[in-house]
Amino acid sequence: MTETNDVRETARLDVDALLDSPRTRIVVCCGAGGVGKTTTAAALGLRAAERGRRAVVITVDPARRLAQSMGLAELDNTPRPVPLPETARGSLHAMMLDMKRTFDEVVKEHADPERARQILANPFYQTLSTSFSGTQEYMAMEKLGQLRQSDEWDLIVVDTPPSRSALDFLDAPERLGRFLDGKLIRFLSTPASGAFRLLGAGFNVVSSVVGKIVGAQFLADLRSFVSAFDTVFGGFQERAERTYRLLQTPGTAFVVVAVPDTDAMREASYFVDRLAQESMPLAGLVINRTHPLPSGPGARLGSAEALAAAGDLAEAGTHPLAVAALRLHAERVRTHERETRLRARLLSAHRGVRVSEVAARPEDVHDLAGLRGIGSALAGEAGQTGEGTRRREGDGTGQEDH
Amino acid sequence: MNDREQGPRTSGPGAAFAGARLHIVTGKGGTGKTTAATALALSLASRGGRVLLVEVEGRQGVATLLGSPALPYEEREMISAPNGGSVHVLAADAEAALLEYLEMFYGMRRAGQALTRLGAVDFATTIAPGLRDVLLTGKATEAVRRRAGGRRRSTDTPADAPFHYGAVVMDAPPTGRIAQFLNVNSEVAGLARVGPIRNHADRVMEVIRSEQTRVHFVTLLEEMPAQETRDGIAEIRGMGLDVGAVVVNMVSPPLLDGAGLAAAAAGELDTAELAAGLKAARLDTARTGEHEALAADLAEEVRAHALRHLLEERVRGELEGLGRPLVELPRLEGGVDRDALSHLARGFAEQGAGQ
Ligand SMILES: Nc1ncnc2c1ncn2[C@@H]1O[C@H](COP(=O)(O)OP(=O)(O)OP(=O)(O)O)[C@@H](O)[C@H]1O
Ligand SMILES: Nc1ncnc2c1ncn2[C@@H]1O[C@H](COP(=O)(O)OP(=O)(O)O)[C@@H](O)[C@H]1O
Ligand SMILES: [Mg+2]
Ligand SMILES: [Mg+2]
Repeated sequence: MTETNDVRETARLDVDALLDSPRTRIVVCCGAGGVGKTTTAAALGLRAAERGRRAVVITVDPARRLAQSMGLAELDNTPRPVPLPETARGSLHAMMLDMKRTFDEVVKEHADPERARQILANPFYQTLSTSFSGTQEYMAMEKLGQLRQSDEWDLIVVDTPPSRSALDFLDAPERLGRFLDGKLIRFLSTPASGAFRLLGAGFNVVSSVVGKIVGAQFLADLRSFVSAFDTVFGGFQERAERTYRLLQTPGTAFVVVAVPDTDAMREASYFVDRLAQESMPLAGLVINRTHPLPSGPGARLGSAEALAAAGDLAEAGTHPLAVAALRLHAERVRTHERETRLRARLLSAHRGVRVSEVAARPEDVHDLAGLRGIGSALAGEAGQTGEGTRRREGDGTGQEDH
Repeated sequence: MNDREQGPRTSGPGAAFAGARLHIVTGKGGTGKTTAATALALSLASRGGRVLLVEVEGRQGVATLLGSPALPYEEREMISAPNGGSVHVLAADAEAALLEYLEMFYGMRRAGQALTRLGAVDFATTIAPGLRDVLLTGKATEAVRRRAGGRRRSTDTPADAPFHYGAVVMDAPPTGRIAQFLNVNSEVAGLARVGPIRNHADRVMEVIRSEQTRVHFVTLLEEMPAQETRDGIAEIRGMGLDVGAVVVNMVSPPLLDGAGLAAAAAGELDTAELAAGLKAARLDTARTGEHEALAADLAEEVRAHALRHLLEERVRGELEGLGRPLVELPRLEGGVDRDALSHLARGFAEQGAGQ
């Protein structure tokens, strides 16, 4: 009949074992935009804390109400304690990444005060630190490196920037690095180097055109930025590389988050491949916002049968409530079948990847109670597991939509 | 804030579109900007005119949507609309636009290509995002001004010749970047004070600020996209630009009436009646005695549906409070193909883009 009873054994991602192991020092949540990375990161941090870890979560762009519920009213770039109930065995800190401020701090740390002042005041630096794509990823890595060094926490959960592609998190720092490495910057800002001759156009023509387009002041700013930044850059790049290597150590666990639609699952698949290439340890895949079937006889009621029954009742003009419920159920079964197919496709390409499924909630996740619910779903508690490993507990705590 | 939104166009479903020739479509990532922009273009073309759909992010989103191979940097007819209308698509990217610009003003084709090979063009548009944006918005505004018979310079043709395109629709950057993207003048302020780029920016801004331009926001009935819409609208109004419609995408109708939804959400669904209905339906699945258990399962699904719907109603109420007409587009099962696009286009036409 349907594929819903397909009990292909998929290994479950054992979230509690991951969070409880003292060897786990860093958890990185990545995935395409809007899939629930921030929610997952916060839920993992909270669960770890309540189970005894000293955890800190670095969030990037959290939903406003979620941030408020964690006491993050302002973006101040410093981990703040999140008040937990007394039953919590560990502690939780949370922060919102402020990329500009992180960048400023790095500059101040690596340059002498005079140079730092020059750099920070440079209009080109303003652009770079606020709107260069890649800066946010680079700064997330930087912040991760800083927190790791401070040793105040034994578990750091990192959320990644809301980029279009999950891979940006790995690629962007290098892109910024290449950019700052300055060859091209130097080339453009000191055209007399002769390289312009390669262009086959007279140097004067080119430089005057460039000057006309971007303005002489702009070139001057660029030149002074380059010379000021040059000395700082070495330390900069070195640190990014160190953090990158940190991500390859066994203490790090990547959690790839996806929602069951074609685009997000494709991104997740790319990311899983990429982690393998980079020797970065994948803990598993979270499929968020799924639509599991009920745990009782409803799981056996297929969409065709439900629709036919709804049609009959509607014709008879009786039991409008059952008609609506049957139609709704038929729609849910179809959604579930589509999600099951997507999941099967991904797992056939990546055998052995561990999976945790989190059902879509009817409401947004905007407080600690909501996060706790997501955390227990991640850990496979309370009838929230995916098919094949379903436990019968259907206490129906309202974790589903549509 | 400006006072323009208090003008005559504040109400009525057609108000969001009336008199506009440049439609800028923004919204949170993944909410359906590309889909909505394409459907709007098709809807406008269905009145019989020629419409240009401009994509600016270099991602070939329109090609993906239409199931066609990657589109080149040219205006290409892609969809024919009812009543002899047509949608042309331009997949613009900053690099190609810069090269075109260099050639147009300086006759520098070869040098431009060499600069590209060196990565210098990418570099220049990166360090000066204002340059990149003005080139892209410039492509769209040039198409808005273009008159029949002439290309590029509108001065080549009589000022009373009809417009080449009836309308131009832009699949624009997401809400987080839209204000900066459209704020061309201040973006290039740090660049040259005189010269072609400056003039170019002035002409672009003139179109964007005019009554011919509307910025439409695509959202879902969810918290974060609605929040971005609210913030984005405030920013766009603050710049003195006109907000068009709030396009609510992927709307699913409720399967129960209002009273039923309220009861279900409160956990007061009449499960006995539901079980009776299931029994009357003689389902194979629910063998004797299982009607109650099946009813409990379905009741839980109905409850989640009702809760979701109430949340959506709350978000819709907030969106209505923004004072712009809402255009609702249904969630289509099985993705968006050409038929689905026509369906969405009709939705736009019926909700105000049709006049
Ligand atoms: N009304 C709809 N019904 C069903 N699916 C839809 C609808 N609108 C959009 N989609 C689907 O949602 C996904 C995202 O849509 P689209 O690419 O238009 O969004 P976008 O805002 O342009 O995304 P991005 O921010 O990545 O550019 C696509 O898979 C699209 O087919
Ligand atoms: N399982 C879920 N059920 C319901 N809503 C969810 C779920 N997971 C995430 N959300 C909601 O989706 C929105 C986007 O989530 P977020 O974690 O900010 O995504 P990302 O960080 O990947 O961009 C938020 O409003 C969040 O509350
Ligand atoms: Mg996020
Ligand atoms: Mg798009």
